[in-house]
Amino acid sequence: MAIKLTVNNKVHTVDVAPDTPLLWVLRDALDYTGPKYGCGIGSCGACTVLMAGKAVRSCQIDVSDATDEAITTIEGLSPDGKHPVQVAWEKVDVPQCGYCQSGQILTAVALLSRTPKPTDDQIDSAMKGNLCRCGTYPRIRQAIHQAAAFAAPKKA
Amino acid sequence: MSLTQNQTINRRSFLKISTVIGGGLSLGLYETFFDPTAVAQRAPAKDLSPNAFIKIAPNGIVTIMAKNAEIGQGMKTTLPMIIAEELDVDWANVRIEQADLDEPNYGAQSSGGSMSTPTNYEPLRHVGAAARAMLVGAAAIRWSCPESEITTGKGKVMHGSDHVLTYGELAAEAAKLAPPPFASLKLKDPKNFTIVGKSQVSADIKAITTGKPLFGIDVKVPGMLHAVIERCPVFGGTVKSFNEAEIAKLPGVRQTLVIAGTLPASATVIGADPGIEPGVAIFADTWWQAQSARAKLKVDWDYGSGATQDSEEFAKRAAGLLTAAPGNTIRTDGDFDAAIKSAAKVVEATYSYPFIAHAPLEPMGTTAHFKDGKLELWTTSQTPGGGRNNCAKALGIDPANITVHMCRIGGAFGRRLNNDYMVEAAWLAKNIDKPVKLLWSREDDVTHDAYRPGGFHGLKAGVDASGKVVALRQHLVTYGDGLKFASSANIDANEFPAGRVPNYQLHTTAMPIKLRTGPLRAPGANALCWVGNAFLDEVATAAGRNTLNLYLELLDQPQIAFTGGRPNTLNPERLKGVLKLVAEKSNWKNLKSTPGHGYGIGCYYCHLGYFAEVAEVKVDAEGKVKVVKVWAAGDVGRQIINPAAAENMVMGSIIDGMSEMGQEITLEKGRVQQTNYNDHPFIRMNQTPTIEVFWNITDFATTGLGEPALPPIIPAVTNAIFAATQKRVRTLPLARSGFSFA
Repeated sequence: MAIKLTVNNKVHTVDVAPDTPLLWVLRDALDYTGPKYGCGIGSCGACTVLMAGKAVRSCQIDVSDATDEAITTIEGLSPDGKHPVQVAWEKVDVPQCGYCQSGQILTAVALLSRTPKPTDDQIDSAMKGNLCRCGTYPRIRQAIHQAAAFAAPKKA
Repeated sequence: MSLTQNQTINRRSFLKISTVIGGGLSLGLYETFFDPTAVAQRAPAKDLSPNAFIKIAPNGIVTIMAKNAEIGQGMKTTLPMIIAEELDVDWANVRIEQADLDEPNYGAQSSGGSMSTPTNYEPLRHVGAAARAMLVGAAAIRWSCPESEITTGKGKVMHGSDHVLTYGELAAEAAKLAPPPFASLKLKDPKNFTIVGKSQVSADIKAITTGKPLFGIDVKVPGMLHAVIERCPVFGGTVKSFNEAEIAKLPGVRQTLVIAGTLPASATVIGADPGIEPGVAIFADTWWQAQSARAKLKVDWDYGSGATQDSEEFAKRAAGLLTAAPGNTIRTDGDFDAAIKSAAKVVEATYSYPFIAHAPLEPMGTTAHFKDGKLELWTTSQTPGGGRNNCAKALGIDPANITVHMCRIGGAFGRRLNNDYMVEAAWLAKNIDKPVKLLWSREDDVTHDAYRPGGFHGLKAGVDASGKVVALRQHLVTYGDGLKFASSANIDANEFPAGRVPNYQLHTTAMPIKLRTGPLRAPGANALCWVGNAFLDEVATAAGRNTLNLYLELLDQPQIAFTGGRPNTLNPERLKGVLKLVAEKSNWKNLKSTPGHGYGIGCYYCHLGYFAEVAEVKVDAEGKVKVVKVWAAGDVGRQIINPAAAENMVMGSIIDGMSEMGQEITLEKGRVQQTNYNDHPFIRMNQTPTIEVFWNITDFATTGLGEPALPPIIPAVTNAIFAATQKRVRTLPLARSGFSFA
């Protein structure tokens, strides 16, 4: 069945079963390798993408339910990899294996868009759905604070 | 294993160069520096080395090959840093490329046992120094001056203030020179290091933060099919029949195959890498189609002899065995029975811990293409050389006909020391005329792992009137057959505090099990450190002593040598060093535990590294444990190569150790009951403590950090829980002792 999807501001038409999870359409039909498969039950967050600016689990969304939404994967977060959250991730050198990090970054982006200066408790509550099997949580926290500081308006 | 300089570096090794296209300099190891017996078994090196370590382009850009698999331990960055340092280049001009499997050129390319650093640090310094020496030699010829007057820095060769050439300008000439004799190589004084010892960002950082294809799961080969395998829910069960006609008609399905498997039929102990498990393979155009078809599979299994296995039955049996005479004696020092009779106080306890799974975030998988008798693999193995041999054996082809591309790996933790998924993919590729990408589901991973084996320990100790430990007996009921242990289910005769208690006994009794076990990060240590340290905390409490002082006193005892096995390589001064450092940094002597708020300490030596850790916990009335803060002190020798990454690794190890305290894999009717991260959980952001890491820099060989920081956190936390609640955690996971992480 032909399904229209808008990913990173590009319109795609894919021919897949309507109940195919968005994750597998992004990965296998459209070659977006940023969203990762980790659990398939919405428990790990490796497949996180932004839908209308909200962080969602692409393994839990039927592709047919995503047709009217603007989807952003890590590939579309910025044209040059210089989104403040990406820059903070690089400065802090967050990753170990790196597999979960696109999901972590997108969840952090969604957090910062609604809470520009999150407290540690707000970070905990926003990020606890994203598993990092390597345990880079202290660095993720540090990078989120760093990104928040980049974005904060400079005092005159 | 203790590493001495002579073992680390084979002095017969030398270096070889070849000119590469573009007139650059290419330098590779002619022969591995490593284990001479292993070297002898390898194929002789090629005359020309296309996969050399270093390529210097005329524009001065230096490409350094990353020889080992990147599993998150940082080796893709760390190992090239070592070369770049001695080469004396500007790190900003270094590009890093992942090497393919090519052990004749690179030496061992395994990542495991925290051995990448100790086995590569000195050899790779020499690789860098050799290339630098050749560039200096070329400049000396060009300028007709003695080499001794030439200096280098940031990718340039200099003579006085007049003569300056870039490495790029000299590379072609340097490539024509004879390689310098190994003994002539001069290494930098570490105090002049500009790259090593400074934090360098992960080589792949930009690719990671922009979602570029990097990992095994990201591989795409034109024309490939996707494959899934349904394996028997009972380990080793075989396929009698399945609804083949129905599956073949499902959307996208191209083919199905029954895998007979290659598991040994009658082995009494299952190895970590025993062969291919039987099952049904489904090939489809997309992974989701294959996985969806799998949901419709109806397989008639022969479950085999494993179908009666049950965790509760094993636990009951173990409880009985702990009260009976042990099956084997591993070690005896002095006279335990006499010493326990005259002891002022006797402490007795039993400890147990469960099977647990590795569950790295990237599931198992490999892409394989078999064509014209040759196999090409894109894989995620910690032991790609061993994996290639396993594939060669399974397919009946020469290992030389197998090419292995090493992808970045989304976590390993010891799971990928076993190459079952790689061999499966090779077998699938041989049996279909297209490239195939095999990907396990998370459920496949959790239910078909090579599990960290569980264990049951009976311990008894006696202290004299002064509070000194005079007798200790440990009996481990484990899995295996007699003295043939299931993988990672053994205990070493030098297990701390063996050799430091005058009257000591160590016994084992093994129960057969038909389940695959294997090494999990800090194998053995991840369980044995907890049992040993937690019991010593009980002993200290009974004797009215501070646990830190008891550890230090044991480490001050003259070591009783054990002659029946491997030597004890624990250096007591180094373990004392980290204990004292963590005590100082945490202000241990002034820490006062109160009801609901406690502190605990643990320490361990494994994988050549020494760690001591203090944990602060808060425990509420419902037994919810919040680990508030952890202080960690480590000693991995004289050089921390990449400080920020090293600290990240220690923090991750501590968080990983905490995760293990909440996990268990159980068997019912031979079937693993847990399936995914929801019922085999890992620590999350909100459960992560504040962690401070401190280094005790000592004048010993530089060693690895993949593992040694993990074990001490477990006893540190359980000892802290006791300090807060007066309740002992003697059974893991925490839930089986009435606790859980908040």
